[in-house]
Amino acid sequence: MSKPKSAYSQPTKFGKEDHHIIVVWVDNEAGVLARVIGLFSGRGYNIESLAVAEIDKIKHLSRITIVTKGTPEVIQQIKLQLGKLIPVHKVADFSRNDPKILFKELALLKVVGATKKLDKAKKLCKKHDGLILDKTKKSFVIQVTALRREIDKLVTILKPLGLISVSRTGAVAMTKGDEVFTQ
Amino acid sequence: MPKLLSGAEIVFKSLEDQKVEYIFGYPGGAVLPIYDELKNHKTIKHILARHEQGAGHAAEGYARSSGKPGVLLVTSGPGATNAVTALTDAYMDSIPIVCISGQVPTHLIGTDAFQECDTTGITRPCTKHNWLVKDVNDLADIMNQAFRIATTGRPGPVLVDIPKDIQFNKGVYKVSKNKLEKKLNGALTHKINLKEVDKFIEMIKKSSKPIFYSGGGVINSGPKASELLRELVSLTGFPITSTLQGLGAYPGDDPQFLGMLGMHGTYEANNAMHDCDLMINVGARFDDRITGKIDEFSPKSKKIHIDIDPSSIGKNVKVDLAITSDVTELLQAVIKRFKEKNKNFIESNKQKTAKWWTRINEWREKKSLNFINSKETIKPQHAVQRLYELTKNQDTFITTEVGQHQMWAAQHYKFNKPNRWMTSGGLGTMGYGLPAAIGVQIAHPKKLVVDIAGEASILMNIQEMSTAIQYRLPVKIFILNNEYMGMVRQWQELLHDKNYSESYTEALPDFVKLAEAYGAVGIRAKNPDELDEKIKEMIKIDKPVIFDCVVDKVENCYPMIPSGKPHNQMLLGPEDEKEEVSDEGKTLV
Ligand SMILES: Cc1ncc(C[n+]2csc(CCOP(=O)(O)OP(=O)(O)O)c2C)c(N)n1
Ligand SMILES: [Mg+2]
Repeated sequence: MSKPKSAYSQPTKFGKEDHHIIVVWVDNEAGVLARVIGLFSGRGYNIESLAVAEIDKIKHLSRITIVTKGTPEVIQQIKLQLGKLIPVHKVADFSRNDPKILFKELALLKVVGATKKLDKAKKLCKKHDGLILDKTKKSFVIQVTALRREIDKLVTILKPLGLISVSRTGAVAMTKGDEVFTQ
Repeated sequence: MPKLLSGAEIVFKSLEDQKVEYIFGYPGGAVLPIYDELKNHKTIKHILARHEQGAGHAAEGYARSSGKPGVLLVTSGPGATNAVTALTDAYMDSIPIVCISGQVPTHLIGTDAFQECDTTGITRPCTKHNWLVKDVNDLADIMNQAFRIATTGRPGPVLVDIPKDIQFNKGVYKVSKNKLEKKLNGALTHKINLKEVDKFIEMIKKSSKPIFYSGGGVINSGPKASELLRELVSLTGFPITSTLQGLGAYPGDDPQFLGMLGMHGTYEANNAMHDCDLMINVGARFDDRITGKIDEFSPKSKKIHIDIDPSSIGKNVKVDLAITSDVTELLQAVIKRFKEKNKNFIESNKQKTAKWWTRINEWREKKSLNFINSKETIKPQHAVQRLYELTKNQDTFITTEVGQHQMWAAQHYKFNKPNRWMTSGGLGTMGYGLPAAIGVQIAHPKKLVVDIAGEASILMNIQEMSTAIQYRLPVKIFILNNEYMGMVRQWQELLHDKNYSESYTEALPDFVKLAEAYGAVGIRAKNPDELDEKIKEMIKIDKPVIFDCVVDKVENCYPMIPSGKPHNQMLLGPEDEKEEVSDEGKTLV
């Protein structure tokens, strides 16, 4: 690399990126999601998936689960920057490979085709406790809860069997055992 | 039944509760109910700026020089968007500002109504927090929180957007107990941990090549922090350098002070940062203007970092001891502990740091701030030095615009007290200095306030001259007039093959006549012989003055760390400029 002649330096060391699941407990007030998402886009952090809903109707608390990718330094910054937002109560960070954490994603899949193909498709979904929500002679809608990569795989193999519509949530996470995350 | 107040009355009641004395603002349709209410509150004075950006920087200047939050009042739409630069500036430099903006009535929000804009959306990334008030009964609480958030933890701007109907509606003034107590700004209220303090002292004792590196956090922590910093530096006998924003926390003329560090910092400060074995960062943030090439930044040192904002620690540079704390609190603890155990440290440790000081003195010998003076033309550095010599005997407040003049001011004006130096560092906002000076003069009516300016920058908020005249604020605008956007010209000379694209201002106003047009006094100095006399004349005038100091047009600002280089590879002067510029380098600017 030639010597740069600039006031800004070029990075020469890059850390290894890893997938993390960031869970954020926030006051469910106007604009709170925009604050969280704006922080990610403004600082150039990744969002691979996102799941949000109110989890406490009385205290108006929402739980946001974000799957992101970054170097350890970036993940650390994400946590600290989120912690500074006023409506944020606590922030948890789980590595995707953490054995003490449960992850799930839900998908609705619609398959349209002849009976033979439909049967084959249903069989493939069985492995993931597929729950048929709607059925006609020519189609079915099935609900699958699994890991992201399992759903990815399922989608690929269902394509040739008539999969025409996919709707997926982002991942949600929870610790195993009797522990809850406190900060 | 509690008494009902209108939203506008609630706004003023909370301003009174916060002991606000000045609001900087500009009226418009969506804030008229609040302006109506102004006449009923004699303890609060409104300063009418000539542009909302000017009002914002004035609020910043007021805040920085007084330690109190600045209050800004603007209308919806263009009023709010004009305030954005000032809010961003305050966000970058951690200045407490409470901005109140008018908004179209609630039922019109979202309809593209006249002068409607998504103010909370636009200002979300440039405020610590903001609110769109939807119920007048929430207003008192929100105002109260706004002040708390702006002034605690790492300070910064906040914005309260109030629709016009809410300003009219009646509600109760009720401030509920603060829910945020436990985690203001995400900085958990830090309890000083004795282990950390002991480790801090241990590292001090082990070091033979130490340096203190202090920043704006010391100023923000209050005047006590500067006193404590001075005490610790003198207890240890260690050298100290400062960031642009930290100037004044430690006396600029003290022998232990190595001058400012960073891109235009001194040779001794930057080399000491590079070669040290212990760096004690007190309230600074390892900004890229300071570190230069990050991978080669002070490679051999252990680093201590004290910062109130946990997200500042470890963001750019890994440190060995991280302490999330207010500077005052921590320094107090360290000094107390240090004194208990290390009587006479400075004497017993002299031997250990003697070699280090010898090295530092060799670097000092380079006299990196020197320049070749001239008998014919006024050198800009010389002008700042003369201004310093002729004003140092009074308590002077300096603001600046952005460019070479700003760096020359930082290099050659020596500050001995905190809160005397107001400059736009993080955002680098041209047009900051004049309105900031106005805010400073409001806070310190009897003091000398000088905006060290460039001729290009000053034109960005020149309309505020009119404000200075209206309120009889005798601010002095000291323009180092080189007819160039000098800093841009310098970069073009050094990095862009001397392609001086659009950095020369072909048509400039006659600044003396301009001053007169506003009702101020204009003075021009063209050669070194008349400089002192004219500066003295300026100081004596009890009115705003524009001083047109005609300086060398092509002087460059040195020393300089170019090209994403590390600290120990500085350009000291024209003779160092030989090296060729790579194309890659140019794209990085
Ligand atoms: C609002 C804004 N626009 C553009 C810039 C980029 N810029 C930095 S310094 C500078 C030139 C300033 O010229 P002048 O005020 O004459 O100061 P000098 O460098 O000549 O002392 C410019 C254009 C900036 N910092 N701020
Ligand atoms: Mg200029």
